[in-house]
Amino acid sequence: MTSQDLPERVAVTPAAATMLVQLRAQHGPLMFHQSGGCCDGSSPMCYPDGEFLTGDADVHLGDLAVVPDGVADGVADGGEPFTVPVWMSKAQYEYWKHTHLTIDVVKGRGAGFSLETPEGVRFLIRSRVLTDEEYGALAAAGVV
Amino acid sequence: MTVYAAPGTEGSVATYRERYDHWIGGEFRKPVNGRYFENVTPVTGKVFTEVARGDADDIEAALDAAHKAAPAWGRTSATERAIILNKIADRMEENLEKIAVAESWENGKPVRETLAADIPLAIDHFRYFAGAIRAQEGTISQIDENTVAYHFHEPLGVVGQIIPWNFPILMAVWKLAPALAAGNAVVIKPAEQTPASILFLMEIIADLLPPGVVNIVNGFGVEAGKPLASSSRIRKIAFTGETTTGRLIMQYAAQNIIPVTLELGGKSPNIFFDDVAAERDAYYSKALEGFTMFALNQGEVCTCPSRALIADEIYDSFLGDAIERTKLVKQGNPLDTTTMIGAQASNDQLEKILSYIEIGKGEGAEVLLGGHRAELDGDLAGGFYVAPTIFEGKNSMRIFQEEIFGPVVAVTSFSGFDDAIATANDTLYGLGAGVWSRNTMTAYRAGRAIQAGRVWTNNYHAYPAAAAFGGYKGSGVGRENHLMMLDHYQQTKNLLVSYSPDELGFF
Repeated sequence: MTSQDLPERVAVTPAAATMLVQLRAQHGPLMFHQSGGCCDGSSPMCYPDGEFLTGDADVHLGDLAVVPDGVADGVADGGEPFTVPVWMSKAQYEYWKHTHLTIDVVKGRGAGFSLETPEGVRFLIRSRVLTDEEYGALAAAGVV
Repeated sequence: MTVYAAPGTEGSVATYRERYDHWIGGEFRKPVNGRYFENVTPVTGKVFTEVARGDADDIEAALDAAHKAAPAWGRTSATERAIILNKIADRMEENLEKIAVAESWENGKPVRETLAADIPLAIDHFRYFAGAIRAQEGTISQIDENTVAYHFHEPLGVVGQIIPWNFPILMAVWKLAPALAAGNAVVIKPAEQTPASILFLMEIIADLLPPGVVNIVNGFGVEAGKPLASSSRIRKIAFTGETTTGRLIMQYAAQNIIPVTLELGGKSPNIFFDDVAAERDAYYSKALEGFTMFALNQGEVCTCPSRALIADEIYDSFLGDAIERTKLVKQGNPLDTTTMIGAQASNDQLEKILSYIEIGKGEGAEVLLGGHRAELDGDLAGGFYVAPTIFEGKNSMRIFQEEIFGPVVAVTSFSGFDDAIATANDTLYGLGAGVWSRNTMTAYRAGRAIQAGRVWTNNYHAYPAAAAFGGYKGSGVGRENHLMMLDHYQQTKNLLVSYSPDELGFF
């Protein structure tokens, strides 16, 4: 089984994808690292790709595929599809691995150094429990 | 019972300005880029003031002011600094009511709490560090008959502090008081959810501090927090928040080789052993109140007792009583002194809590109480309120593993001491914990076995100065709220002195 065949672990809503198009136009290639802990913990933090150093302590959950639809919030996006890698600390993933994550965006006043905060919005994780089939496939591939 | 008038309305004890600039060099200073952002009260969801939206230029200006002030401030005697800290405490005490109302309005927390806890604790914190710095002594080591090592405490110089929004004033003071006591000049970046109440306080105490010793720059994390945290002009950075930003701050600190202190939250277990229910007495009632503490500050506390572990033997009866007790928690207007739980601090916080309630249900946890947004009437209808929520489930569920930062407790049972400790420690974090037992041997053994920096034993959510506060495991680095925090804001200068007139004879 190739990685393309594996069940998806992370996805993005259309509204969040639109925000990613805008942020990419402003900041260049992007990444997410899923936070934990207090205050704004459990929020997906969006940074310029490479700003946050990932390493052996992290898991790469997947790449969000974003296909721009022309213009997002008045920002020309160039129209090229792009991907945004999503990371989480390995220790945290042990407690999250039975769930599928979708990155959404809501109105708000986020914190941390996430890029969307000045836009008056906040990325938010929505979760569902993986089906037995999905989890079984991931387990068989040794990724959970 | 008192219902305070909302700030900005007739008869209010607290009045916010219509606009706040940065506080730099002892005065309000306009943001370099001229931009401001709106500040919403979570009580009604409406804008009540606007605040400077700072960036790297403002951080530089604040660092300039801090560097200008630091040498003279660092040379003041401990006595002089202690006197100033005590004066700040006295001034806050004289203005306690208005500071409390102002903080409630900005954060959404009940004034019952700010009057009785947040602000009195902040006042006491200044007094504690005023005393601590007076009593601090250096050490000497006599190396041999003619050689002495002297150890002096010196301030670090200019330090950066990034403050969370859950206790906008108390958390600022937890960081500010030891830093000032130790002789440092400070640049503070408050949370963007609560940028104004610290400035409200600053105006009240401004004349007591030399210009530039405390500087406050507001703005968004990526625009103002990051330039502060990554600056080569600070000698230490302190942060309270979550783990990803904590790691990023450590990463920036590594680039500048400066120390960090981090408080990154937890998922605190609150353990009720079977002897808790041996009698239906005052202690039993206290334990039930201890259970309901998950709703304190709307659950927006790093040490929220958000996992309740109840002994098998008493599970059904204790949980039943705990649910009844939680039903008595009064939710409503935060400016009403009888209100016990107010509004969540922001819309996105509300959204996050609701998303967790959904994942809890999705994982098969059962909602025993609440589980929804609380709809309040009138002006409060636009505010961000969540009903106190009790889930029953398993410790492997995500609602047992992540700090929801809302009035949500996840309950499960345990079978015997070892199971209780194993469940309590099955978490990434280790900030707080609660142990409830009438048997002091059980309580002591449990307290020592739990991997957490603070184990409340037969009480919960007390935060007196002089009790060290900080995390094990993923909960962070450092101990606040105690004189040991002075070490985190001081250098050690060692003078190694020879009193011998004789050469070594080496060369």
